[in-house]
Amino acid sequence: MAKLMPLLEPLPVGSYGKRSSGWWGLLALIVTEGSLFGYLLFSYFYLASQALEHWPPDGLPKLAIPGINTIILLASSGFIWASERCLKNKKMRSSITLMAVAIILGTCFVMIQLREWSNKSYNMATNLYGSLYFTITGFHMAHVVVGVIILSLLLLWMILGYFDDKRYLPVTIGGFYWHFVDGVWLFVFTALYLTPYL
Amino acid sequence: MNPIAKNSPDELLIRVPEFGRAPLGSEAEKRLASLWETLPGWRGWLATVDHKEIGLRYLVTAFIFLLMGGVEALIMRVQLARPDQALLTPEQYNQLFTMHGVTMIFLYSLPILSGFSNYLWPLLLGSRDMAFPRLNALSYWLFLFAGIFLYVSFPLGQAPNAGWFNYVPFSSLEFNTGPNIDVYALGMVLLGISTTVGAINFVVTLFRMRAPGMSINRVPILVWGTLTASVGNLLAVPSVSLAFFLLWLDRQIGTHFFDAANGGKPLLWQHLFWMFGHPWVYAIVLPAMGIVSDALPTFCRRPLVGYAAVALSTMATMLLGFEVWIHHMFATGLPTLALSFFGAASMVISIPSAVAVFAWVATIWLGRPVFNTPFLFFAGFVMLFVMGGVSGVMTAAVPLDFQLNDTYFIVAHLHYVLLGINVFPVVGGIYYWFPKFFGRMMNETLGKWSFWVMFIGFNIGFFPMHIAGLMGMPRRIYTYSGNMGWNTINMVTSVGAFLFAAGILIFMVNVLISLKRGELAGDNPWDAATLEWSAPSPPKAYNFAVIPLIASRHPLWEDRLNEGEARSSLDEGYLLMQGRETLATTPLDAKPDLILKMPEDSYAPFYLGLFSALIFAGLLLHWWDFAGLMAIAAGIALTAWMWPGRKLEQSVPAMQPAKESEHG
Repeated sequence: MAKLMPLLEPLPVGSYGKRSSGWWGLLALIVTEGSLFGYLLFSYFYLASQALEHWPPDGLPKLAIPGINTIILLASSGFIWASERCLKNKKMRSSITLMAVAIILGTCFVMIQLREWSNKSYNMATNLYGSLYFTITGFHMAHVVVGVIILSLLLLWMILGYFDDKRYLPVTIGGFYWHFVDGVWLFVFTALYLTPYL
Repeated sequence: MNPIAKNSPDELLIRVPEFGRAPLGSEAEKRLASLWETLPGWRGWLATVDHKEIGLRYLVTAFIFLLMGGVEALIMRVQLARPDQALLTPEQYNQLFTMHGVTMIFLYSLPILSGFSNYLWPLLLGSRDMAFPRLNALSYWLFLFAGIFLYVSFPLGQAPNAGWFNYVPFSSLEFNTGPNIDVYALGMVLLGISTTVGAINFVVTLFRMRAPGMSINRVPILVWGTLTASVGNLLAVPSVSLAFFLLWLDRQIGTHFFDAANGGKPLLWQHLFWMFGHPWVYAIVLPAMGIVSDALPTFCRRPLVGYAAVALSTMATMLLGFEVWIHHMFATGLPTLALSFFGAASMVISIPSAVAVFAWVATIWLGRPVFNTPFLFFAGFVMLFVMGGVSGVMTAAVPLDFQLNDTYFIVAHLHYVLLGINVFPVVGGIYYWFPKFFGRMMNETLGKWSFWVMFIGFNIGFFPMHIAGLMGMPRRIYTYSGNMGWNTINMVTSVGAFLFAAGILIFMVNVLISLKRGELAGDNPWDAATLEWSAPSPPKAYNFAVIPLIASRHPLWEDRLNEGEARSSLDEGYLLMQGRETLATTPLDAKPDLILKMPEDSYAPFYLGLFSALIFAGLLLHWWDFAGLMAIAAGIALTAWMWPGRKLEQSVPAMQPAKESEHG
């Protein structure tokens, strides 16, 4: 009878980077959240393709401000990435600064988007396009707000000294969630702002 | 890995897992018990994250919903037993058939399977808990609160009343002004969160939490079934949650998604609902088929025939299940090309289903069957599955579906499928695992009675419905006139329904008697092959005193089958007892990868579940401020939950680390 030999090598303990359960959980969450946005955009194109009136009813969307806002959001992702790298390299101070900048950029995105909303001549209930526009950007906005709260918590935990170069998994996970929110925006932006030009 | 200085806190981040034995009563075993046991009393009851406790709660709660849905069905069967009855008003009938469908499909079918999977997965896989124990607790609380939410308007006569698939425009504000549909819409979004977090937990558990050596080709089929269902749910549930949310916006905020007068499309509802609905059908049968694939071989005294084929067909079924949703919409005037395509895809599903059926038949054929109660339920299931499958292929044919759509033929088909493939394996599964749950056997005589009464009652009740449908009786009518020629058939159906209910009653009596007086079961009363039977009955809080090493698909039958040289090591394994710990392994080969720190019991899931439910209550009642307040409360509960824990090695220790590791 052959007996199985155990593997008696040192193993990492606890939440070890991308081998942790939390990381896997986040990936699963992103699959389901990504599907949610997929169904939202499906609804948009399904309804838009059958629209009888002019689409969008107010004419083609203006791209300047939303374009700048997109760049702001993407930049914030870069700062998160850099913040995590600094943490890995024991540069706690720069890590905190970079995280703070990312939060400010995220907040800017929210403010500019709110201004965009208030400048629209229609609201959710005015017409079908308004329902779609505000629901889809609203869903995304909710994700950005949650993201900003998560990033702020990460910043707080950094300041409290919870993390070091070995223990920073929440930053990896929270940061990746933020990248996901930014990535989804590219799909939303393309669908709502660019496809009407086609 | 870098060498780490002695006495630095980083020493805690890497270690060689201890290997050894921990027989019952040893020091090590006692220590494990004290680490894993839940506090007694209501505090422990609210805070527990033990997957066995949560699994049993799921089973009991879902079974109560089954009984409620069953009583609703019986009331309807009294109304329909004879023509021109006036026991129920049309509105009451609408609410009853809607709540019957909602209850059975959403509050019973999947939750009961989640109950089995929650209880059994870690035991089948050789782990000490699920990947996310607290998420597991949250999933249960949300399920419970969503169930209560969906039922809360029932006593007020304001329950959902537009059928479980809730088509617009009938469910739009214009035609349905009460709170009925809002309760349904918000309740389903809440329930969707529960399903989603549960699914995430199953997926991560499969990939991370298996005992070393349990490579991906050695996991039990139940695990394949629940995994497939969970992946399906991750992709499909957002669709229905979104549909219900959009409907709620249409009704309460004045948007126009389904509003035909303003460019909205009622058919969008049907697309979103069935893109979810059909994968869901497989989500509520594949784990049940897994129960049979794992338990039937025990009573055939041989391993399942065609393990790989059954595992692959499980996944193939779900994959195809995403491409058949239009077969619910054949009669909506879609282009013929779409109908042909989806009709063909629907027929193709019979191939993987047939693979599974032939595997079960071959297992019985090549084995030496033991004809006891669980076997009867599983064999009965195979027969009902074939019948439900055949009527399914019939309705996949577009021209025939035009004729049968919205008749009792469809009702017969879906009950053969859902009762046949869900209820029969579930009851059989309870007979099978009851000794593991409670340490006692169920009564065999009562068991056989319960099977035969259920089986005969079921067929008397539901088979005639096929004929009623072919005779043109539409579904969902609250009564019919005596000259339609449906009188006898309906009377027979009602008698069968009550007979089936009597079978369930016998089963419940059996459960109650056996809990008290059942014969004591040992660890492995059925002489079964899988890992859960190596644990005591009922299992200890820590599941396995040592994390075993697995050498085959049938760890307890290795000597008998003599398939290979290697033998699983069940008494000797990884100890891991510096706090709540278990082993993570690599996704495919199940090599040791990580020592996981598992969370303690916590109130956070309960509070998060409660506050989330209250958000939805606030939305229902238009108490916007209250909903906002509850959202903040939920946020606080979630923050407390996610706060990096030192015990879990998520944050930098503040004190000297030596103290921590000393007694650790």
